[in-house]
Amino acid sequence: MAGGAAMGIWAKKKDQAMIELSGVAKSFTLYNQGGAAIPVMAGAALSVAPGECVALTGASGAGKSTLMRMIHGNYLAASGRIVVGGLDVAAAEPREILALRRHVLGYVSQFLRVVPRVPTLDVVAEPLLAVGVPVEAARDRAAALLARLNIPRPLWDLSPTTFSGGEQQRVNIARGFAHDYPALLLDEPTASLDPGNREVVLELIEAAKARGAAILGIFHDAGARARVCDREVDVSAFAVAP
Amino acid sequence: MRAGAFRAEAPVAPILSVRGLTKRYGGRVGCEDVGFDLYPGEVMGIVGESGSGKSTLLNCLAGHLRPDAGEVLFDLGKDGMRDTLALSEPERRRLARTDWAFVHQNPRDGLRMTVSAGGNVGERLMAVGARNYGAIRASALDWLGRVEIAADRIDDRPAAFSGGMQQRLQIARNLVTGPRLVFMDEPTGGLDVSVQARLLDLLRGLVRDMGLSAVIVTHDLAVVRLLAHRLMVMKGGRVVETGLTDQVLDDPQHGYTQLLVSSVLQV
Repeated sequence: MAGGAAMGIWAKKKDQAMIELSGVAKSFTLYNQGGAAIPVMAGAALSVAPGECVALTGASGAGKSTLMRMIHGNYLAASGRIVVGGLDVAAAEPREILALRRHVLGYVSQFLRVVPRVPTLDVVAEPLLAVGVPVEAARDRAAALLARLNIPRPLWDLSPTTFSGGEQQRVNIARGFAHDYPALLLDEPTASLDPGNREVVLELIEAAKARGAAILGIFHDAGARARVCDREVDVSAFAVAP
Repeated sequence: MRAGAFRAEAPVAPILSVRGLTKRYGGRVGCEDVGFDLYPGEVMGIVGESGSGKSTLLNCLAGHLRPDAGEVLFDLGKDGMRDTLALSEPERRRLARTDWAFVHQNPRDGLRMTVSAGGNVGERLMAVGARNYGAIRASALDWLGRVEIAADRIDDRPAAFSGGMQQRLQIARNLVTGPRLVFMDEPTGGLDVSVQARLLDLLRGLVRDMGLSAVIVTHDLAVVRLLAHRLMVMKGGRVVETGLTDQVLDDPQHGYTQLLVSSVLQV
C-alpha cells in the first residue's frame, strides 16, 4: 500500500501526543459589516494520545466545531500551534494539509458533501483509492462497512445525495472509517442513528481506539460519551467573552 | 519538522513556478505581479468575477499571450526548470503538444469540428510522432471509452455530439498524449448541471489516476470546491487571497472573497 511507507513516519509511541494544540486563538473578521475582528477563542490547548478518545464539551456556540475545523485545517487559526502527526496545521502549506488528510487525519462531519451522481460504494471507497489501495480491495472494504452500517445493498449503486438524513450520516461514517487513520475527528457521530446503528458506530470507535487511533469528538449523546471517551475537555474555558 | 514529516508523499520540486507575471493592455492592468508554485498532482483553481484577470493570467501561463514581465518556469525533466517565455517557438509548440494541454470553455475552440471523433484524438498522437494506424485507432477507442463516449461514435464528427460529449471529447484529445500539466478555462461552463456533475467526476478520476497537475479558471465556486486542491482569488488583476480550497471558501480572510462566497445562491 502506498500509504504504508508514509504511515511509519507517523506511527507514534503510546504516550506521545498525536494531536497537540497550544495557544490557539481564532477570530472572525466580517468585512461587509464594518471590518472589525471578532475574537471568539484564545489560549486553546489540548492533546490526544494514540489509542485515546477525548470529548469536546461545552454549550452550543462555545466553539467545539470551530476548534475541530481548525484542527482539520478548514478554519484558519489566528495564532498558536496545531500539531497533528508532526505537522503544524496552523502554518502548513495546502498540499501538506491535504497529504495529512489523506493519510493521517480523518474527519466525520455532520454533513455529507459529495460529487453528485457518484455511487455510494465509490464515495466510501474514495479515501482508500486516495492512499493507493487497489480498486477491488477498496470496494470490498467499502461494501463491508456499508453492510455493517445496514445500508441496503440496492442503494450502493445510487448517489447518497437523495438518501435520508440517517442514511447519509451512516455513509459519512463508513467513508470516515474506510481508511485506518491514525487520528480521527468525529462531529456527533451517533446523532440521528437508531439504537442498532448507534451500537455499530460505537464498536467502530472502540476498534479504532484499540488499533491506536487518537480520537477527538463531539458527543451530545451522554451515554456514548461515557462509553468511548477517556477524558473531556471543556472548550468554554477557551471562549473569549463577546 | 514539517519537511521531514511529509517526505514520504510530497515531491519537493514544483512542476510550475511563476514569478512576477504582469500583463497590461495599454494603461489597463490585465494581471499584475502574480506568483505561485504548483506541485505535481496539484490542482489549483483561479476564481474571481469577470474582468478580474483570471483568463489573462491563464493565457499568459499557457503561452497564448505574451506577458510584459515575469517568469513561467516549467520542469522539463532532464533539462530542469526552464522559463517557457524564453523558449524558441518550435520548443514551445512541442511543449504544448506533449507535456501541456489546454481545455477551452467552448469545445469548438479545442476540437476540429470537420474531423471524426477518433481523428480528433488520433491527430494529437500523430503530432507527437505516432504513425501506426491500428495503434492510433486503438488508443483513440480506449480514450473515448474513458470519457464515456460509445465506441460506435468513433467515426462521427463532433458537430453531431451534444455539448457535454464535445467537452468530454476535447478532454480525451488533450489527455491522450499523457500531459503532465493541464490548463482549463471554465471547463464546465455552458453545460447542464447534470452533465457538469458527470464531467467533474471524470476529471477528478483522471487527475487522481494520471497524477495530473492542473490550473483551472472558473467563476463557479462549487466546481472548484470539488475539483481544486487550492485556490487563488483574483480581483482587479491582483491576487487577493490564496489557500486550501475549503479553507478559503469556508473561512475567507479577504473582504472580496467573503463577498464572493456570500454571493452564491444556495440551492
